[in-house]
Amino acid sequence: MNYEVQGKRQVWVWATHYREELDKVSLGLLGKAHELCQQLGGGEVASVLVGADSQQMVAELIDYGSDKVYLANDFSPFETELCAHLMTRLIRIHQPEIVLWGATSLGREIASRVAAKLGTGLTAHCIDLYIEEVGGECQLVAVVAGWGGNLTLKIICPQKRPQMATVKPGIFSPAERKKRSGEIIPVEVEDRASRLDIAEVVEEPEETTSLEQAEVVVVGGWGLNALGGFQAVDELAQVLGGSVAGTRPALDAGWLPAERMIGQSGKTVAPQLLVTLGVSGAAQFATAVLGSKLILAVDKNPRAPIFEMADIGIVGDLQDVLPLLINKLRAIKGKT
Amino acid sequence: MPCDIVVCMKQVPHPDYLGKISLDPTRGTINREGMPAVINPGDRNALEEALRIRERFSGRVIVLTMGPPQARKALEEALARDADTAIHLCDQAFAGADTLATAQALACGIGKLEHFDLVLCGDATIDSGTGQVAVQLAEFLDLPCITGAEELTFENERSLLVKRIWERGYIKVRIKLPAVIAVTDKINQPRLPTVLGIMAATQKEIRSWNAADISADVSRVGLSGSPTRVSQMSEFHAKRQGEILQGSPEKVVTLAIDRLGKLEML
Repeated sequence: MNYEVQGKRQVWVWATHYREELDKVSLGLLGKAHELCQQLGGGEVASVLVGADSQQMVAELIDYGSDKVYLANDFSPFETELCAHLMTRLIRIHQPEIVLWGATSLGREIASRVAAKLGTGLTAHCIDLYIEEVGGECQLVAVVAGWGGNLTLKIICPQKRPQMATVKPGIFSPAERKKRSGEIIPVEVEDRASRLDIAEVVEEPEETTSLEQAEVVVVGGWGLNALGGFQAVDELAQVLGGSVAGTRPALDAGWLPAERMIGQSGKTVAPQLLVTLGVSGAAQFATAVLGSKLILAVDKNPRAPIFEMADIGIVGDLQDVLPLLINKLRAIKGKT
Repeated sequence: MPCDIVVCMKQVPHPDYLGKISLDPTRGTINREGMPAVINPGDRNALEEALRIRERFSGRVIVLTMGPPQARKALEEALARDADTAIHLCDQAFAGADTLATAQALACGIGKLEHFDLVLCGDATIDSGTGQVAVQLAEFLDLPCITGAEELTFENERSLLVKRIWERGYIKVRIKLPAVIAVTDKINQPRLPTVLGIMAATQKEIRSWNAADISADVSRVGLSGSPTRVSQMSEFHAKRQGEILQGSPEKVVTLAIDRLGKLEML
């Protein structure tokens, strides 16, 4: 759709939650929405929350940056068709400049449908978002990794509004929570016709901490072949109190389950500390760890691309370096 | 009752070549020369699922792709894998399409069919991987859609129970036909083409349709129908001002731990 923006420019976030807890991806998007508003020279951040009536979650949405929260509690967020109806209607009425969505399994589906209903652009799995002036107009630049992570593409949506983007969990970390005030606006879905009948929602608890939430992630690659497997990764992760992950070749070698794979076709992580062991750093891996605060890499090949993206790089044989690293860290951690 | 199924496909670069991509520095376009192309892996799962449904209910499996002349190869392979007929949406007017314009063209193509009960797609492609086309296609066909399907169970001839992926487990959703469903690679193991299949494929027809054939509004397909634009494309390089430690294992490990400590990472 096309529209003339009147009043404050708005940046919206589709907020998702489960069991009274907001998804981290939504909180991260709120921080980014706030930044985009500033880059636009001022504006308003609004979030849309469906299927919840929780004062605590609403307060959290406001504290993390929402000036307004549109709240619909008369249907479940699993009803993707109803979610799409509601969002389409709200967007038509309030005409936000930008709408951001977490690239969750359901979020992607809702966002795609809303984009088609509105005839506007939707850029998937963005690794960065910013505002740039193009031809005298402020445009949202959505940066994506294409071709298995080997290409970086900047995508804009010059004519249609709103400009929409999905972002995978783990790309943007939530900012610090600050006490703020905001407006709560109850909304209802008018069109209740859904062609989907949700028969069953089955939760399968993860045995270990989810990778996306971990503060420290230790990831092993094909280089561990020299050590015959993943034992050292487990040990180091244990010493650092981190989660274990692996690359595509490590998965193919049968060293870890599929839900522990980091890469373009697997998980995206942004921990405080990422340690890579025997990982060469191919693009399909690199794009999935870009948000990591600090990257420590160990590999024997000094020309491996991983050393271009690491903050601290150790060049050496894993057989020599790893036992030393584990023992020394254990000694330090033991003292504290 | 027979079930006629449309399987949407995309021809993509061979997965082994994704990492060997380079850009023409003057034109800024992708060097595709010598890069082998294949059916997007997830679309093979969609085809396999269609073949299994046909085995049970009978009906036709129609494969559909939009793409340049060379995309015909993907359709030939699909026919060798036992699809019944193939449709190639091929027109300069379709070039440069984003997901919305692609979905629009596919919807026009499907709209020309006399009859269909189900549209199957792969959940995402390996080159761009947006996973948006199936849903947008459903919107343009005014049909329900489920993505991330890992299991399809026919409850009766017109109703499917679909097990779909969800971050915290899975969801089972009932959906009535006609519908659009995007399947993951967990749903099945695609069969290989047989010699018989390859021979039979040469007798099968590939229909080529242009924008006029499918009554597509040229302002809604291809580049002109795409709300998004690629404003810049570059080869990916992740760069940080890193410090590389070399020397004896004792020395490098001590230095690394010292740095981690100073950055309050321990």
